[in-house]
Amino acid sequence: MREYDVIIVGAGHAGCEAAAAAARRGARVALVTLRADDPGTLSCNPAVGGIGKGHLVTEIDALGGIMGRVTDAARLQSRLLNRSKGPAVHGPRAQVDRALYRAAMAAVLAEFPGLSIVTAAVEGLVLDQGRITGVETSAGHLAAPAVVLTTGTFLGGVMHIGSQREAGGRVGAQASDLGAALRAMGLPVSRLKTGTPARLDGRSIDWSVLEWQHGDGDDPRFSRFGQRNGHPPIPCAITRTNAETHRIIRDHLGESALYGGHIDSVGPRYCPSIEDKVVRFGDRDGHQIFLEPEGYDDISIYPNGLSTSLPLHVQEKFIRSIRGLEQVAIMRPGYAIEYDHVDPRALTPGLAARAVPGLFLAGQINGTTGYEEAAAQGLVAGANAAALALGLPDLIVDRTQAYIGVMIDDLTLHGVAEPYRMFTSRAEYRLRLRADNADQRLTPLGEALGLVPAAQAAAFAAEQAERERARTLLNSLTATPHQLASHGIEVRQDGQSRSLFEWLRFPAVTHEAARRVWPELATVSDDLLASLAVDANYAAYIARQEAEVAALRRDEALALPAGLDFATVAGLSKEMVERLSRARPQTLGAASRVPGITPAALIALLPHTSRRNPELAA
Amino acid sequence: MTDTIAALASGRPPAALAIIRISGPAALAVVQRLAGRVPPPRRLSLCRLHHAGQLLDEALVAVFPGPASASGEDLAELHLHGGPAVVAGVLDAVTAQPGVRLAEPGEYTRRAFANGRMDLAQVEGLADLVSAETASQRDQALALAGGALGRLADAWRERCLNVLAEAEAGLDFAEDEADVAERLDEAAREQLTAMADELAAVIADATRAMRIRDGLSIAVTGPPNVGKSSLVNALAMRDVAIVTAIPGTTRDAIEVPIDLAGVAAVLIDTAGLRDTDDPVEAIGIARARARAAAADLVISVSSAEAPAWPDTAGLRLLNKCDLAAPGVPPDVLRVSAATGAGLPALRDWLADWAHRLTRPGEPALLAHARHRAAFADAKAALRDAALAPEPVLRAEALRLAAHAFGRIAGRVGVDDVLDRIFSRFCIGK
Ligand SMILES: Cc1cc2nc3c(=O)[nH]c(=O)nc-3n(C[C@H](O)[C@H](O)[C@H](O)COP(=O)(O)OP(=O)(O)OC[C@H]3O[C@@H](n4cnc5c(N)ncnc54)[C@H](O)[C@@H]3O)c2cc1C
Ligand SMILES: Nc1nc2c(ncn2[C@@H]2O[C@H](COP(=O)(O)OP(=O)(O)O)[C@@H](O)[C@H]2O)c(=O)[nH]1
Ligand SMILES: [Mg+2]
Repeated sequence: MREYDVIIVGAGHAGCEAAAAAARRGARVALVTLRADDPGTLSCNPAVGGIGKGHLVTEIDALGGIMGRVTDAARLQSRLLNRSKGPAVHGPRAQVDRALYRAAMAAVLAEFPGLSIVTAAVEGLVLDQGRITGVETSAGHLAAPAVVLTTGTFLGGVMHIGSQREAGGRVGAQASDLGAALRAMGLPVSRLKTGTPARLDGRSIDWSVLEWQHGDGDDPRFSRFGQRNGHPPIPCAITRTNAETHRIIRDHLGESALYGGHIDSVGPRYCPSIEDKVVRFGDRDGHQIFLEPEGYDDISIYPNGLSTSLPLHVQEKFIRSIRGLEQVAIMRPGYAIEYDHVDPRALTPGLAARAVPGLFLAGQINGTTGYEEAAAQGLVAGANAAALALGLPDLIVDRTQAYIGVMIDDLTLHGVAEPYRMFTSRAEYRLRLRADNADQRLTPLGEALGLVPAAQAAAFAAEQAERERARTLLNSLTATPHQLASHGIEVRQDGQSRSLFEWLRFPAVTHEAARRVWPELATVSDDLLASLAVDANYAAYIARQEAEVAALRRDEALALPAGLDFATVAGLSKEMVERLSRARPQTLGAASRVPGITPAALIALLPHTSRRNPELAA
Repeated sequence: MTDTIAALASGRPPAALAIIRISGPAALAVVQRLAGRVPPPRRLSLCRLHHAGQLLDEALVAVFPGPASASGEDLAELHLHGGPAVVAGVLDAVTAQPGVRLAEPGEYTRRAFANGRMDLAQVEGLADLVSAETASQRDQALALAGGALGRLADAWRERCLNVLAEAEAGLDFAEDEADVAERLDEAAREQLTAMADELAAVIADATRAMRIRDGLSIAVTGPPNVGKSSLVNALAMRDVAIVTAIPGTTRDAIEVPIDLAGVAAVLIDTAGLRDTDDPVEAIGIARARARAAAADLVISVSSAEAPAWPDTAGLRLLNKCDLAAPGVPPDVLRVSAATGAGLPALRDWLADWAHRLTRPGEPALLAHARHRAAFADAKAALRDAALAPEPVLRAEALRLAAHAFGRIAGRVGVDDVLDRIFSRFCIGK
């Protein structure tokens, strides 16, 4: 029997990030997982980031997390999605080499002396008087005051291919029945489903007839401190489904696990199987399919957009109806998977299970889907598990600070009706929460909590000083429209002298033009100038949002007592009592975001609030 | 647990009848205790009310089990004989029951709101209804209390959310279906401009709604001693303003509400306009000019003793037509405050004018400054959205627009407006 501060169960994306976060705060960590090669395994799409998800990765990085660094080291190609839609929704995305990703993850985890990886199956949680004291594993008992469960889709996992079903967390991995233990501890458990496409043998694809999609030339990175792998970027190919594909799928719908009545749990609407797409958008003449390589030395191709639970012979038939795939060999069929998850309304904003002191949950077990969502929660749960074990302050991120905060707030207040994925539209303060300013938003917080390595903190401080200097310079340089015109810059002649910071909002004042007018700008790098231009562009909108943020902070500072029995609050209707009891908001602000809560109900709660230390809420 | 509240819902006793309302979980139990039974729901039943072995009154009792009641809770109404001793005795007996207390001002309405029986605009409409004095104010308040504004705002919010949803799809799903975004862009711009124009028309109508709610203002101006105060008294049919033969009697503007064939209006009697050395009168005259400038109508009065025809956009009146007056232009109305001659014609003229301005047959909804501000914010946000230089800013502007409409029904945010509204209610409403 060995002593740890924190035990992490499962070395998926949530588990690895949780272990690293706890270790950065100085905890002795056991990362217990089924197989030695679990860390860094991408169970589905070999890509990290994207719209909304890319924000999460930059935020993880800003808090000293590891996903961005590992991705940078494993990338095959990277692109900035939504480039034309505005900086607030830019979504950095990278395709990665599976093997490199695993290797990079192993290397990063090995950097932490206090972190040990234990290959074993966790079979039960050990409690003493309702508090967690450790876990029971196939390799014996492990003791720790804090345990983070990050078992992904493995709880009660059942895989479906057509009418075939098999227990398992993903192909080649056993399922786990920890779900029963969670139920027994009073945690609300229900079922969700998701799916994955077949994997194709790249050697059997006719690449010559396909269109290519290359990465962006500037190869955007997630981590300012990450290393590139030095390999050349490789492109993806694009093809489409067609009327024949759709006809085959329609003819065999009855054999699909989804449509044949074998699965009735809820899957994500935004990541539909190809069956779903044909049923719901049958009028479209085709759906775009990306053929993504899984690695530099890997023949396996991931056909993004073809998730399915049809029987193998049907998969073969419809995939071969697609251009370029006429002769394709399937290496592994696609499948759907049903699994248990815990209703995240049972968790605190720090991802602790309210009913079981010492237990934390992160990742797909909380009803989310995606590597980035899992990793972001892992970081928060790991940091707070360490806080509990070592008596450190908690890491609480709110909606105004980060996508991480938006996600956790949504999960813990609304619960999930379908697998939860990050979208930019979930963030009401989207203009403030950008990938390009994640470090400004979070690094100081992470540093204060001991999550950010010293070198990163120092580099950040230097960048901030440089940013301040540049910002002051931009505010001090001024010009009239007339002066700009004399440099050949066409702006409206309103006679108004403006600072360069203000002029940056005008499309005619390009960065090259600005450099021509003000030679002093030579001391400001292109990246920094671009980032300041974003600030300038959004300044008016952000000022307006500041007022909303201030109001929200005020409400967040009004704490509701932890054990408040809402049924005893005068003036609350039965319905309000029910809604509030399920979501258990901790502040008046959180209560206002519980779906269906009326303003009058908030007024009724007001007398029960007490003012929290505003430092903590800010 | 929620308290049960009770209060006198009708006017101050003595009166022929008095109604006590009881709302909350104990309402039916109170009826059981006092009447010895709970009569069938939603029907008036004759019951004898007893307390402490004493017969209090023979009353008509109706119970309305929640949530299908006005407050959303169990509700009972006791229709009593309206003597002060009866009312006091029954109220004492009711509030002596466990869990029952006297209601605070506006508490019934607040509960109806809390229980989702009313939205914020309906609450405002109810307040207007309670204080409505004219038919057109009543019609407008009824429309508001019936949820018409809430429905209008919701429909607008829905439209904004629909466009927003498309805009957001372009931002969050560009990855999946590349053609979504471009297709949306042009159509959205046109649609948003059209929506903003449509809103501008709705907002223009707000002036009319405010006039119905707050009444039209009519300033009565002219030189001293022409009979302005006499005219105001004659039109209001009571002596409100002081009338003397001494010029400069009226020092301050006096407001007198009148009903112009169902439309509310306020007559403003002003100090006579003349040069003066009296500082108090001078202030009165400055006020008179200000009121005239802000009024919906200015009546310029002169008298047969010294006819004068100022150039004005308003109505020109010649008073004292009982005395001889030569050469009166045809559009000048001739009246006599002393004899009443010409007053019916003047009333008809004013009623016509009032109806033209307020069109009382068509209820106008944006009666409160709060409503107008929300609609104006939404319009500005829609214009921003149409012109937004990048899709993410368009979405932001649309969010603001939807938010503005949500404010009408109180769907978002708590603000102090709530407390102000609720405190305007008298107990029991
Ligand atoms: C079939 C499938 C399709 C998916 N499709 C998509 C997709 O299209 N897009 C997308 O964004 N995401 C997809 N996902 C989701 C994504 O893979 C997950 O959301 C993400 O990996 C979750 O991370 P996690 O850390 O919570 O769990 P996982 O990455 O699943 O890791 C769980 C870990 O826990 C370990 N473990 C489980 N039980 C025990 C135990 N009892 N003892 C010890 N260790 C244990 C496992 O070995 C594993 O390493 C898919 C997942 C699956 C399985
Ligand atoms: N003959 C006559 N006298 C009037 C009439 N209306 C008002 N007066 C008299 O005119 C004097 C001034 O009236 P008042 O209403 O105070 O005038 P104001 O200064 O314009 O407000 C009073 O003595 C009134 O009795 C009218 O129609 N006919
Ligand atoms: Mg007078």
